[in-house]
Amino acid sequence: MNILVTVKQIPDPAQPGELDPATKTLKREGKLILDESDSYGVEMALQLRDAAGGGEVILASIAPNDEVSGLRTALAMGADRAILVSDPALQGSDALTTAKLIAKCVERAGDVDLVITATESTDGYTGTVPAQVGELLGWPSLTFTRHIEITDGVAKTERQTEAGYDEVEAPLPVVVAVTAGVVEPRYPSFKGIMAAKNKPVDTVTAADLGVTPVGWAGARQEITSIEAAPPRAAGEKFEDDGTGAEKIVAFLENLKVV
Amino acid sequence: MGLAKVWVYAEAVEGTVTGATLELLTKAREVGDTVEALYVGSDADSVAATLGEYGASKVYATDPGETLGAAIAGAFVAQLATAHAPDLVLFAQSYEGRDAVARASARLDRTVLSNGTSLTVDGDTVKVGAAIFGGLTLVETVFEGEKPYLAAIKAKSFEPASAGGGPAAVERVDVADAGRSEQVKLTARHIEEREGPQLEDAAVVVSGGRGIGAAENFEPYVEALARRLKGASGASRAIVDAGWVPYSKQVGQTGKTVKPRVYIALGISGATQHMVGMKNSDNIIAINKDAEAPIFSVADLGIVGDVNKVVPQLLELLNK
Repeated sequence: MNILVTVKQIPDPAQPGELDPATKTLKREGKLILDESDSYGVEMALQLRDAAGGGEVILASIAPNDEVSGLRTALAMGADRAILVSDPALQGSDALTTAKLIAKCVERAGDVDLVITATESTDGYTGTVPAQVGELLGWPSLTFTRHIEITDGVAKTERQTEAGYDEVEAPLPVVVAVTAGVVEPRYPSFKGIMAAKNKPVDTVTAADLGVTPVGWAGARQEITSIEAAPPRAAGEKFEDDGTGAEKIVAFLENLKVV
Repeated sequence: MGLAKVWVYAEAVEGTVTGATLELLTKAREVGDTVEALYVGSDADSVAATLGEYGASKVYATDPGETLGAAIAGAFVAQLATAHAPDLVLFAQSYEGRDAVARASARLDRTVLSNGTSLTVDGDTVKVGAAIFGGLTLVETVFEGEKPYLAAIKAKSFEPASAGGGPAAVERVDVADAGRSEQVKLTARHIEEREGPQLEDAAVVVSGGRGIGAAENFEPYVEALARRLKGASGASRAIVDAGWVPYSKQVGQTGKTVKPRVYIALGISGATQHMVGMKNSDNIIAINKDAEAPIFSVADLGIVGDVNKVVPQLLELLNK
């Protein structure tokens, strides 16, 4: 089974992000890392490939510069190869443009049975890309997946809902968007890290994939204002000396919650 | 001047129209001359009363049968939008809403402004506001290019208000070409037992993070306190990622936005990712061992202490 996994390389989420006022895009200085949301998809793809007894796990990533550090992490986990769409013109691209590029990567990758994505990225979190990719490929998309089994060419998943979960299924090829926590992502081994250095990364531009226009030109939207949110003032803080619970009860009583 | 025609993608759970749908209808009335709803489900006749009450004059509906409704929703919206040319289509940033807007956007080749928390219309200019970077930065974005504009709006962005209207007229539509999306079959539906209110509607939300120590502590601390306060339980991303609780409980940038009367954070440090989902709560109480935890910067009452000690004492006091 051949599986394409989308991976995003993002600034470290522990550092609050910043918009560049000149370009109105995310500042991406410094090293980018593999979005943790994508590590679940990578792990799931590796497990499904191994269960199928063969095939490839192919990564697809989009970055405005030649960033590969996050991709190398996923290759070190055990993915076989990667396609990197790297193009300065991509700055400001919207989610639909991203989906168009990924759909083209799927075609470029060859004979793909399954595309796995995260439910949403940690930094952009529009959450629309998985279903957009499905639509552009003409494939079904199974989103909000918390469990997957593939039997006789049919993907059966548990879809998270507000009230519980649904059992849904569709024949391959499909796009599956997984929620975080579905599997325990492995840590790359030393051997994996060494092997990743020699795994092929096919670097292409948006024009190579035939997707134009991209960036702000293709986004059909314009940011008109960026401002700091009004801060919320902190209240009282107490060291718990055994009366912490009483203070909370008094606070709740004052609000007539209890 | 408003827009001529605004559509709302309506959702219902177990026959009840969602709060987010009512919020969108209320907003649509403010910015549009004609408000109509789109609905995928077998019970359009019963939801039409509520949709009409909140301002929809008509509801276009399709029955998905055995197909998952969210799978064909995009084709349904795109087909109708092509035929009737709305100016703006509003979706909730929900599970079904996201699938619907994403598929419709690819079909219609239109961008989506997502995670919206405000919407303003000035003539033909439609502006969507969103909070980014954990709510530290507010960004406003206007649509360019051809209509219809597609926007996904977070729940709790607007106050719902009834318009006192009669039932919406139901017009049934067959989805002509959903392609392979029709192959997504819904084979079983599991409703998990839940006491108390929905997370997004609850007056009190009790959330747990890594500081609760272990997955098995979620029930006796977080759930028990939520039950006692007739509230709902939530979680930080860290413990959702760790597999302690399902994604549906996640509060934050990549989860739900809540605005309860009281938000109680148990063992949550307050990563920016979490704060965006809860910092507009009326009152915030935080318990955390680390005195320097960022959650204290937004807490009205902060207790620097061990959740494992304070919560059992708190439950004991409350149950007296």
